[in-house]
Order: sequence, then structure tokens, then C-alpha cells
Amino acid sequence: MEELLRILSDLHPDVDFETQENLIDDMILDSFDIVTLISEISESFDVTISAEHIIPENFNSAKAMYELIQKLEDEE
Amino acid sequence: MKQKRKVLIKIILTTAVVFGILFLLQRLLMPKYVNDVVEGAFIAEYYQEENKDFDVIFVGDCEVYENFSPVKLWQEYGINSYIRGSAEQYIWQSYYILEDTLRYSMPDAVIFNIQSLQFNESQSEAYNRMTLEGMKWSSSKVNAILASMKEDENFLDYVFPILRYHSRWSELTFDDVKYMFSSKKVTHNGYYMRVDVKPAENVPAGRPLTDYSFGDKAWKYLKMMTELCEENGITLVLIKAPSLYPYWYDQWDEQVKDYAEENNLMYINFLELIDEIGIDYKTDTYDAGLHMNLSGAEKLSVYLGRILSEEIGIPDRRGDEELSAIWEQNIEDYEAEKERQYKYYGIQAE
Amino acid sequence: MLFTSYEFIGFAMLLLIAYYCCPKKYQWVLLLMFSCAFYYIAGPVYLIYIFITIITTYFAACMIEKNADRQSEYLKIHKAEMSKEEKKSYKLHEKHIRAGWKIGCIVINIGILAVVKYADFLIDNANSILTSFGYTGKLSFASLALPLGISFYTLQAIGYLIDVYRGTVRAERNLFKFALFISFFPQLIQGPISRFDSLSKTLYSGHTFDIKTVSYGLQRVLWGFFKKVVIADRILAGVQTIIGDIQTYNGAYAFVGMIFYTIELYADFTGGIDITIGIAQSLGITVQENFIRPYFSKSLKEYWRRWHISMCNWFRDYIFYPVSSSRLIQKVSKFSRKKFSAAIGKHLPIYISSFVVWFATGIWHGASWNFIVWGLANWFVLMVSEELEPVYLRFHNRFHLNTNFLYRLYLIGRTVMLVCCLNMFDCYSSVSDTLTAFGSMFTASNWHIIWDGALLNIGLTMADYCILLAGIILLIAVSAAGRSGGVRDKISMKPYPVRLCIWFGLFLIVIIMGAYGVGYDASQFIYNRF
Repeated sequence: MEELLRILSDLHPDVDFETQENLIDDMILDSFDIVTLISEISESFDVTISAEHIIPENFNSAKAMYELIQKLEDEE
Repeated sequence: MKQKRKVLIKIILTTAVVFGILFLLQRLLMPKYVNDVVEGAFIAEYYQEENKDFDVIFVGDCEVYENFSPVKLWQEYGINSYIRGSAEQYIWQSYYILEDTLRYSMPDAVIFNIQSLQFNESQSEAYNRMTLEGMKWSSSKVNAILASMKEDENFLDYVFPILRYHSRWSELTFDDVKYMFSSKKVTHNGYYMRVDVKPAENVPAGRPLTDYSFGDKAWKYLKMMTELCEENGITLVLIKAPSLYPYWYDQWDEQVKDYAEENNLMYINFLELIDEIGIDYKTDTYDAGLHMNLSGAEKLSVYLGRILSEEIGIPDRRGDEELSAIWEQNIEDYEAEKERQYKYYGIQAE
Repeated sequence: MLFTSYEFIGFAMLLLIAYYCCPKKYQWVLLLMFSCAFYYIAGPVYLIYIFITIITTYFAACMIEKNADRQSEYLKIHKAEMSKEEKKSYKLHEKHIRAGWKIGCIVINIGILAVVKYADFLIDNANSILTSFGYTGKLSFASLALPLGISFYTLQAIGYLIDVYRGTVRAERNLFKFALFISFFPQLIQGPISRFDSLSKTLYSGHTFDIKTVSYGLQRVLWGFFKKVVIADRILAGVQTIIGDIQTYNGAYAFVGMIFYTIELYADFTGGIDITIGIAQSLGITVQENFIRPYFSKSLKEYWRRWHISMCNWFRDYIFYPVSSSRLIQKVSKFSRKKFSAAIGKHLPIYISSFVVWFATGIWHGASWNFIVWGLANWFVLMVSEELEPVYLRFHNRFHLNTNFLYRLYLIGRTVMLVCCLNMFDCYSSVSDTLTAFGSMFTASNWHIIWDGALLNIGLTMADYCILLAGIILLIAVSAAGRSGGVRDKISMKPYPVRLCIWFGLFLIVIIMGAYGVGYDASQFIYNRF
């Protein structure tokens, strides 16, 4: 989780990712951010996030992203 | 209950306001045809006649409304006549205008100028408008519109002319307000008077055509017109006014002659009678041979009037007091217009 | 049938009456019938194309879902006896079957679109290549008619299929309901590209007549007509004159044409979408918004989040994400991280996948090079501003400009000008003409045309300019008012006579000031021969 938060705050230093729950719906993260995130996550966690996982529910908060990563790690 | 009534009143008021404003705007935006282009006003003017009991009705294009003077016919023969002519009136329009006229009175004779037989389809949306818009709503008008519409025209535009003329808002003049609900009389029983002179010179000969036969649609309406007159016991007279141009081909004339013979109709080609009538193209035309001026029109009227009263037996109505009173007024207007035009064109009255 | 034809208005009115007379259970059937009729009127042959798309997508989606259901069923039953590896290989195997269905269906549908839309473009390019190699023979053009709305409904069908494949929506089991989703007629003219999960919520359920919904819908339609008929169709005359002759109308004219075209495009497109959404709303159906005040954007990136949203989202979800998260791109990213730097590795997936997206967006707009160049120009500008973002950020933080109203206004103006320039590729429909016209703006010495009355000779009169100016001010005012809640809501709070004045006034403006019909040309009515 800390690793993820580090990636996120690298991306947008001005956002408090621990509390934000509407990252996608409030347009805080745009599509470019998502793509950067995916490559960063796959770099640090060794999971593959494919297009079908890119839905707002999975990226609206740091928590949701972390859950997605854990789920993918389980499946690997 | 009270609530319901309130809603009802609201609906009624809204409808009244909405349609009232739309109607007013429509009247405002429609062309008035009072000053420059008066030809669009002719068809509607007929309905203002108090006594529509005419014995002779003319239908057709400018070759009727510029070439015959009902006032002269009255003065010389006591013939009570009206011209329902309009600019480039196509034969299907002539037919339906005649049908429309018959709803008001039954004439003894109908005179139709066959110049329009050459067209098998309407040629111009603007001319369609000038002829059709003046008609009062009736099945005749509906049919006339349906028969006249060009491909890109829309029936709805005739029902709601505001859709056609909406873009006139930027060129409205005071006349559009002044004549919103009334109109100025521009003809003399359908006759459009011109007193100026422009002699006919170098009239171009007609170019040879590949096909001289009239189209199916034109024939169809000529037949319908013939039948309509027959059914109602009206004498139909076909004429060709003595216009030097547009060219009237012999091949066309043959077809009309044959048709008249087959159907026992009188056909008068005034082009062949120029000398007999005494038309002088140096003095009797105002646009170099296309149309007669007053002098030419009166000569033609005298000639035609003789045929109408002697050969067809149109009665002399000068004994009718009511009609005489109406015609007295007509003559007065006619003389006044003459004077005005002589002055305007700087011509010495004969 | 165009939006702005009597036939369309009559068609929609007939539907509206029939719709609320019809039992609620069958309202969607009625909609399907009207949609088929609409398509039939547009061209009976086109029905075959849309029919193929409906059948193939319906069938493929059902097969994919059946397979997915069977898979979870199987896993549930054999949970205990399967090892993790066995499960994984079983899942992979089944996934390949589903992917087969998906790809097969996409190939068929994109194939149809490609053939009808791009055959002539490819033949044309093949001919120029052949000529350059010295061949004299030419391939003849296929000259296929483009079926109404095919670009929109094909994307919509594919989007649905992929959603089913990803498991985000359930497949529609009723073929006729699915047919309605693809052929829903208000969307066939100018889009938008709806997603099944959003449109299906209201498309099939019955709707009782509700005066507020219906009048809101019709008000939206009226507003759409205002944009289309009063502004877009009027300014079109000027645009056509300018782009029709680039030699005469260069320099300042090109600048005027560029601005006019952007206004025309905006009014025409958003007006069309207003009509679509308005009709749907009057039927109780919610169609997603396609624009959120795009010309209030402060950057091109933001503009593309607010302009033609349904299309942008489609390309984002079904091309951008899949490409950028694909193994190949991720590998490239990892490789360049190691070889070059972390920053490049981070940005590379974005560059490559947005290149693909903008190429696809360009070619989707039309089968010609100018659209492709237009797409790539957009890509280029976006990438440059992405690279410059850290610089901007430092600049903003230094001078605290972000809160400055004038600075924001400057950003908006800059974005509008940028979009105007990019739209020139679309407007001139030829890359070389665009570049000629664009270049002429910088060497122009004819700026005096803007005030010396020359603009009155490009097919627009003083009256036209007055209407356009007033209309555009109204557009901007309504847009600005829309930022703080619905304009219709605000109007509906007003007393009845005020509301009547507003809506009836707008109706009258459309009727009278609209640039429709043959137009009154007094000279036609002058009696000249007969």
C-alpha cells in the first residue's frame, strides 16, 4: 500500500490519495495518468493490469487500486 | 373544478396568443404585391368583387390580363366580364382557377389563352406562388398546388406561407404594415393597364425545336377544361393573343386547331388577324411586342367583343341598374388610372 | 431524412403521439418499428448492413456470455478436484474461445465499415502508388453508398461486445431489444455512441406521459434547432464561399473562414446532439451528454474531455487502454526504462497508444488524408503540452496565475484558437489546401477586409451578421448560465407568461430567423417574361 501511495503522489503531489474516493469521477486522474499508473504498478508489483480492469470502480481510490493489485497477485 | 377551469383558460389563452402572433407575423411577412410587382395580387383581387355574376371569364397568363380590357367590353357591348389571369399561369392552374371561379358564378363563356400549352411542368417556384397564393382555400386550391409544385417545393409551405417568406424580415417596408390586412386594387376587372409605348423591332424568330408536340399533362388539363365547360353548358373559346414573342410555332397552332375542330370549340388566333383588327406594333405595345398597351388592348377588346356578342350571344347587360352602377365606378377608376399613367409616362392623351 | 426537414419533424411528432398512446409494455417495440421505418426511408438497402451488424453482435455476445457462465459453473462444480495450474489453463482455454468470438465479430463489423467507407480511399492511394511505379492502368472506384449512421452504430455494437466480453454488462438475450439498441433512430444521424449499460436503463422500460419530461425534451429540441438552423446553416454560406476558392479568399479571409467553420461545426454538431437527446428525453429515455461546454476548456486535453465525449470515451476504453496495457507496450516500456530513463519508460506507452488512438480517430472521421493529418496534429499538440506540463506547473506556482480570471480567459482563448487551427484540416478537406490557407494567414496583408465591408460579399448580409452575432452571444450566455445548473430548470421556476415568452420567442426566432427553405429573393418575383 505504501508503495502504491508513493507512486500516486509522484504522479500528483498536490492530491491526498488516502482520503480521495472519487479520483476518476472527479477527473483528478485522467487517461494519461491511468496509463502511467499501470506501467508503474506493473513495474513495482509484478502484476499485469489489462484493459478489462480499467473501470472507474477499480481506480476511484487508492484502496480500490490496492485491492485490484492484491486480486491480480492472487491470480498470478 | 376551479383548478380545472383555470388550466382550461390558460390553455385557451396560450393557444390564442401563439396562433394570433403567428398569424400576424405571417401577414406581415408575406409579399404584398402593391407597388413594384403587382402581378402577384391579381388572383386574390377577384374575391373582392361584390357582384361575381360575370358572363365572361378569362383564364390564362399575361396574354389575357394585359391584352383585353373588360371596361372596353362593357362600354362597347355591355359584356360583364372578369379576367382571372396571373403571371405565367400554367394550364393546370388555369383549370383549377376556373373550377374555383365556377363556385361563385356560372359564366356563359370562358376564354382561355393557349400559350401555356407549351409547358408540361411548372417552370418557376416564384410564379407558382404568385398564382396559387391568391386563391382562397378550397379543394381546387389544394389540387392546384399539388399539380403545380416543383420537386423541391413543399405543400406545407403553401399552408403556412410564413415558412416560405420568413426571410423577408430583413427587407420589410412600410407597405408591409399598411397592407397587412387590406390591399390596393391594382387591376381593372383583372386587366393590368399600361399606356406607355415601346415599338416592336427586330422580333427574334423562333428557334427550331426538336419536338413540337405538347406534353401529356398539358393535354390532360385542356381536356379537363373542355369537359368542365361542357358539363356546365359554358362555351369555351380558345385564343392566342397577338404577342410577337415568345414565338408561337405553326406546328403548335396546328395542334390547337385540330383539337378545337375535334371538340367543336372556337379558336381565334389573333396573330393571323393583326391587319384586320388594326394592330400597329409601333404604337400598340409597351414592351416591343410581348404585350399590348392600352391602345392595343382596346382594339383587341373591340374585336373580341363583337365575336362574343354576335357569334356567341353574350347579352348586353347595360340595362341592369345594379351592374351599371358598379361599372360606372369601374370606368371612373379606369379613367383615373389612365390619366395617372399618361402623366407618369409624360404622354399626351389622344 | 435530415434533422431540419419537415419529414423528420413530422416523423418525430407522430412517434411522440403514438408512443404515449401505446401500452407501456410495447413502447420499445414501437420505437423499434419507427427506427426500422426511419432506416427504410433513408434507403432500404442500408437495412441489410445494420441487420448484419445486429445479428453478428447479438450472436457473438450471447456466445461469449454463455461460455463465461459455463466456465464459472464448471469451476464451481470442480473446485475441489482442480489444481491451481489446471484451473489456470482451463480459464485460459475458455478465454481464448471467447476472444475468438469477439475478434471474429469485430473483424466482420469493422470489415463492413472498412469496405463501404474506405474502399475508395484505399483504391485512390493504390492508384497513386501504381502511377508512381510507372503503371498506367488504374483500379476503378467501388463507389459504395455509405449506410446512414454506420460509423456510429458499428462503434456502438463493438463497444457493447467488448463490454460483454469483459463482463461489465450482461448480454441482451432479446434480439429485438438488442436491435433497438443499435438502431435507435435519433442517434443514427450524428451520434452519440451510446453505451449499453447507460442507454439500456431507460430504453426498454415503459414511460408514462409526464408533462415536465416531455416539455424539457421538446425545449432541448428547439434549442438544437436554434443552433442548427439559425446559426450553423446561416454561417455555412460564408464558410463555403471562403473554402471554395482558396486563391481569392486567403490571408485574413482564411482566418475568418477558420473562425466561422469552428462556429458552424459547434452549432451544427451540438445542435444535432441537442435534438437527439431532446427527442430521447421527450420519450423518457436518457441519452448520455456528448458535450460539456467544450469551448470553455483551458487546454486541448481538457477540450477533448468535453467535446464529443461518447466518441472520445469509446476510443479511450476500447483502444487507448487496451493498447497501452498490452504486453507489447508494457515490454517496450520496461525495456526503455532500463535502456534510457524512467521518465521515458513512463511516457512511452502514452505516446504510442495515443498515436494509435489519434490515427484511428482521424480515419474514423473520414476516409481521407486530411482527417488522418488532423488526428495526428491533435496528437502532436497533446504530446507537446504533456511534455511542457512541468514547465507550466512551475510557472503557475511561481506567479499564482491559476486563480487569475484574466489568465484563465487567456487559456480559454488560446485553446479555442488552437482548436480552430486544427479544425482547418477538417474544413478544407485537403492537406495542401489547409497548409496553403494556414500559411497565408501569417503573410496576409489583407486584414482590412475585416472592417472595410468585404465580408458582406461572401454570401452573408448585414442582417445575417447581426443575427449571427446575437445568436452567438446567446449561445455563450446560455452556456455560461449552464455552469450553475440546468438552464431549463431555471426557466421553469419563472411565472408562466415569462416562460411562454421565452419558449415561444425562441420558436419564433427559429421560424423567422432560421436559414431554411428557398429563401426570399425579391428578384425571383419580378415579373420578367410572362
